[in-house]
Amino acid sequence: MAQFEYLAPTTAEEAARALSAPGAKALSGGTDLLVQLKSGRARPQVVVDLKRIAGMVGVREEHGGFVIGGATCGALLGEHAALSRAWPGVVEGANLIGSTQVQGRASLAGNLCNASPAADSVPCMIAGRATCVIVGPNGRREAPVESICTGPGQTSLAPGEFVYEIRLPARPPRASDAYLRMIPRTEMDIAVVGAGVNLVLDAAGVITEAHVALGAVAPTALLVAEASQAIVGSKLDEAALGRLDAAARAACRPIDDKRGTVDYRIKVAGVLARRAAAIAYQRAGGAAA
Amino acid sequence: MSRQHISTVVNGDPVEFLADPGMTMLDALRDELGLTGTKEGCGSGDCGACSVIVDGRLVCSCLMLAAEADGKRVETIEGMAQGSRLHPLQQKFLEHAALQCGFCTPGLLVASKALLDANPDPTETEVRYWLAGNLCRCTGYDKIIKAVLDAAADMRQARV
Amino acid sequence: MTDTLDRPDVQTDLKIVGTRPVRPDGADKVTGRAVYGADFNLAGQLVGKVLRSPHAHARIRSIDARKARAVPGVKAVITGADLPDVATEFHEGGEAASNMRDMALNVMARDAVFYEGHAVAAVAATSAAAADAALELIQVDYELLNHVTEVEAAMSPDAPVLHAHLFTEGLEDVPSLPSNVARRHKIERGDLDAGFAQADVIAEGRYVTQAVHQGYIEPHACVASWGADGQCQVWCSSQGQFMVRTYTAKVLGLETSNIRVTPLEIGGGFGGKTVVYLEPLALALSRESGYPVKMVMTREEVFRATGPTSGSVMHVKMGAKADGTIVAADVELKFQAGAFPGSPVGAACMTTLSCYDIPNLRIIGWDVVTNTPKVAAYRAPGAPIAAFAVEQAVDDLARKLGMDPVDLRIKNGARDGVKAPYGPTFANIGYLDCLEAIKACPQYSAPLGPNQGRGVAAGFWFNVGGESTAAVHLNDDGTVVVTNGNPDIGGSRASMAMMAAEVLGVAVEHVRPVVADTASIGSSMLTGGSRTTFATGMAVIQATEKIVAELKRRAALIWDVPGEQVTWKDGAAHCADPAKEGAKPLTLKGLAGQSARTGGPISASVSLNAQGAGPGFGVHLCDIEIDPETGHATVLRYTVAQDVGRAIHPSYVEGQMQGGAAQGIGWALNEEYIFDRNGKMENPGFLDYRVPVASDLPMIDTIMIEVPNPRHPYGVKGVGEVPIVPPLAAVGNAVRDAIGVRILELPLSPPRIRATLDAKAAG
Repeated sequence: MAQFEYLAPTTAEEAARALSAPGAKALSGGTDLLVQLKSGRARPQVVVDLKRIAGMVGVREEHGGFVIGGATCGALLGEHAALSRAWPGVVEGANLIGSTQVQGRASLAGNLCNASPAADSVPCMIAGRATCVIVGPNGRREAPVESICTGPGQTSLAPGEFVYEIRLPARPPRASDAYLRMIPRTEMDIAVVGAGVNLVLDAAGVITEAHVALGAVAPTALLVAEASQAIVGSKLDEAALGRLDAAARAACRPIDDKRGTVDYRIKVAGVLARRAAAIAYQRAGGAAA
Repeated sequence: MSRQHISTVVNGDPVEFLADPGMTMLDALRDELGLTGTKEGCGSGDCGACSVIVDGRLVCSCLMLAAEADGKRVETIEGMAQGSRLHPLQQKFLEHAALQCGFCTPGLLVASKALLDANPDPTETEVRYWLAGNLCRCTGYDKIIKAVLDAAADMRQARV
Repeated sequence: MTDTLDRPDVQTDLKIVGTRPVRPDGADKVTGRAVYGADFNLAGQLVGKVLRSPHAHARIRSIDARKARAVPGVKAVITGADLPDVATEFHEGGEAASNMRDMALNVMARDAVFYEGHAVAAVAATSAAAADAALELIQVDYELLNHVTEVEAAMSPDAPVLHAHLFTEGLEDVPSLPSNVARRHKIERGDLDAGFAQADVIAEGRYVTQAVHQGYIEPHACVASWGADGQCQVWCSSQGQFMVRTYTAKVLGLETSNIRVTPLEIGGGFGGKTVVYLEPLALALSRESGYPVKMVMTREEVFRATGPTSGSVMHVKMGAKADGTIVAADVELKFQAGAFPGSPVGAACMTTLSCYDIPNLRIIGWDVVTNTPKVAAYRAPGAPIAAFAVEQAVDDLARKLGMDPVDLRIKNGARDGVKAPYGPTFANIGYLDCLEAIKACPQYSAPLGPNQGRGVAAGFWFNVGGESTAAVHLNDDGTVVVTNGNPDIGGSRASMAMMAAEVLGVAVEHVRPVVADTASIGSSMLTGGSRTTFATGMAVIQATEKIVAELKRRAALIWDVPGEQVTWKDGAAHCADPAKEGAKPLTLKGLAGQSARTGGPISASVSLNAQGAGPGFGVHLCDIEIDPETGHATVLRYTVAQDVGRAIHPSYVEGQMQGGAAQGIGWALNEEYIFDRNGKMENPGFLDYRVPVASDLPMIDTIMIEVPNPRHPYGVKGVGEVPIVPPLAAVGNAVRDAIGVRILELPLSPPRIRATLDAKAAG
């Protein structure tokens, strides 16, 4: 790989300064960046390792919600009992990336900022209404996760900015989420289609809030408002599931590539939206229809 | 580009080496430290032959820069046996004929050790999903899974 | 020396054969100490790298390497111009002959490149960074040519022709124009039309498969050293150090005696390492630089530039009478050879109908060059591809006849006395036993749930014998060293030790098997063709028997009795002379310890050309579940029955059965080379070239049927290749059973299955 300088700052401000230099790239888990360095797709002058910055690794509860350090690996998320209970979809999305080895390194922020349309952790972060705290040369700002990816490999981050932490909002009772993806094998593949569904139910089991996000069916993950509308107010009966399926399919703008065809992705998006919704519904305490 | 001085602990021994920024942990193990037990099968984190344990976490060493190992504890296949006393996993791999060409074996043993350290009583399905990142082209995995489950049983027994 | 021994009585009272000792090379392999190709280093070695064509088909107008040579640290740069022209000459490799002219052109292009990844130049430098920098500075002026990757497109008259000298062989009339069709194979028997006229049911289909790679986890690697005296040494992982020596010598125009090849441990081959890619380049770089040169392929290079097996288009038509007798079969196979002739279509023609006794048949095979990497052998080369088609046609016949697919095969199955389509008459084969075993196995009668299906398929591979040498010598502590020239890819050291221990009657732990370099052991054909336990094992047994004869002679000397009065049993010489009643047996250890006084060191070697390799038959049973909405396939259960002759080490025989099945399942479900419209491979990595992972497979149950091969002292038949032949169709037939429609194209990936279901629903 092309030669670069390696820096490992210990404060966020140092990192923002280092990342402002031309040709600087952030290193979190490294499971995307190292592949790109070796293939020559990325040829940075400077690689800024974020993992030694205080606050970048770890999960804490705050105001009923969760704050996840941007460089926290997926495996650590899975080991956090409270997070796994409140946000099983977010955790399972992160823990489907790659392999056990990859999950020992790959981070939510890295998965997000690599901006692959098929990123596994992104649909549930979007459906969960997660936000990012972004640190840059001009200080800190907060932005919704779905505003970060602007296209394949492209983000809305300004030079010098990086995602410092991911915040998940407080959870009302009877809320849960789920992530499903379609891959040809059982592990190790990039998602051909991904669906993240986040539901809030009332005491009667009626869906009061729903967020449905699809991955790998458009240049970025999609938050599908029509899919939410399709099921809000229902108990996820057959008719609601049918509407959900149709709304998911209608929202897709996929491509043909070596992993799947347009037609296949559209159909499977509907299937996974339904199935993920059913799982989230059951997790949230709704009985199976 | 200047080389970086890296201090790390490998298989319990303090170790130092110089790393080019672009050097991976795998390169460092194999080329700087002469520990060739960890293998390169793909260089892109898709085969698991380069598996090592860093600060207790199973990772692909080909996806880690050598510089990131500074101050970390690294465990490789070379540290699995205690002198000439094989780890139960190593012993069971031999008894079950869980290797044919043996190239994936170091990665699989390290990954299996990480599994049993985290979950001493895994089901067959849990073993298969944990090891999904370790490709084997020779065995079809059958004897590997049996060896891991057998070693797990032995290790649970030994703890009793 | 040709083996002329005929042993109608295969030994049955064996003590070590059939047991499961720990393999002698096991400790090193589980501790990471075993030295594979990339683990070996020589002091002062340079890093060698290859520049590869980015184009699928182009003429090389010029190569300018001046800037590359000027990079600090670069010690050598070579192109095709630095290598000799090699004339056509065929050398036996694994199971097929290789043309040295084409091997040389494949190792490095001369005037033209024929596939993306074709080597055009190589450099050696003091660091990887310097070598990379040099590669980027080599300027190659290409004239782009039209390319063709698909086999039928390559056969069409307006296809771009790769080689102006290629005129189809095997036709009645020699064509006047060159084409991409290198050869037509043909096997015929009986009267095809008359046969079909008798048929009450017909099964017909056009089948398509894609190129797939052997997928060994270890990339190719070697270290080469050109000595100042012209004596060369190569260390590499390969399937045959003698093959490496011969091919490297031929490509470089050297005497084989000037090259010594030391085999390192090999991380998988499956046929893909029966040729050379790096070794001649590394030696040439070493010659120019004056240093040893180490070369290791990246995974991407392995995919772009080493031989996969063929993609294919196949037509199969079979006819049967209402009573289930198969009366006619018409098979046409079109196989991609890649850049140079030599697909395994010939072997495929020989195997494709060999599980059946069909009176009227025609098998035609076309070897077609394409702008894709030159194919290399892949485990039973050609046979799995043809079996995908034929075994599904047989399944179709069974459905149309309303007959159990195993019963249909039993009725028509090859058995002793049946003449195979390719010539020999079968004897001592266990195919019917395999079929019966599958019918009787628990999986066969296990109930199936919704969206689940069951498929059965059979497979055949002839296995080979060939040249092997083994040398045995005794240490004075009574331990035994068994040396041979065959790399150990799957546990053969264990089998060699066991066979020698059996002959001697000693514990297997007392036998040390060694795989030696080309200067230290007599010539051996490579490890492939399922030949090692059979042929090299035979040499080991014969050499050990010579040792036993010598030990008896020494005992007779010590006891001062006639030689006929000495027997050998359980690791000791026993005296049968009544005059010496009470004489205690002389153990191997005791005799070895006294060897200096009784005549000197005790050793023996045998070189042979083993004949009588027993063919292999296997029958596989696959249960599969299809998710109808996503098309995702889950293999639920899998059973392999195989005639293994005699399992020397049952665990390693089971391992071959399971490993071959797993490769076949991957081939059936997800593996394929994907080329873009420029002929570039889109998935040259393990991310998108999808081999099965541990969670994709269930336990693979094995049933070993032992019908001993009378041509081997312990009844050994080759077992390594048969197990990859049935799975493609076993999976295909299971999918057909699950979804009610047969898919004729591989891989049976989820999008393809879902599209098939949608088409079926649309009517």
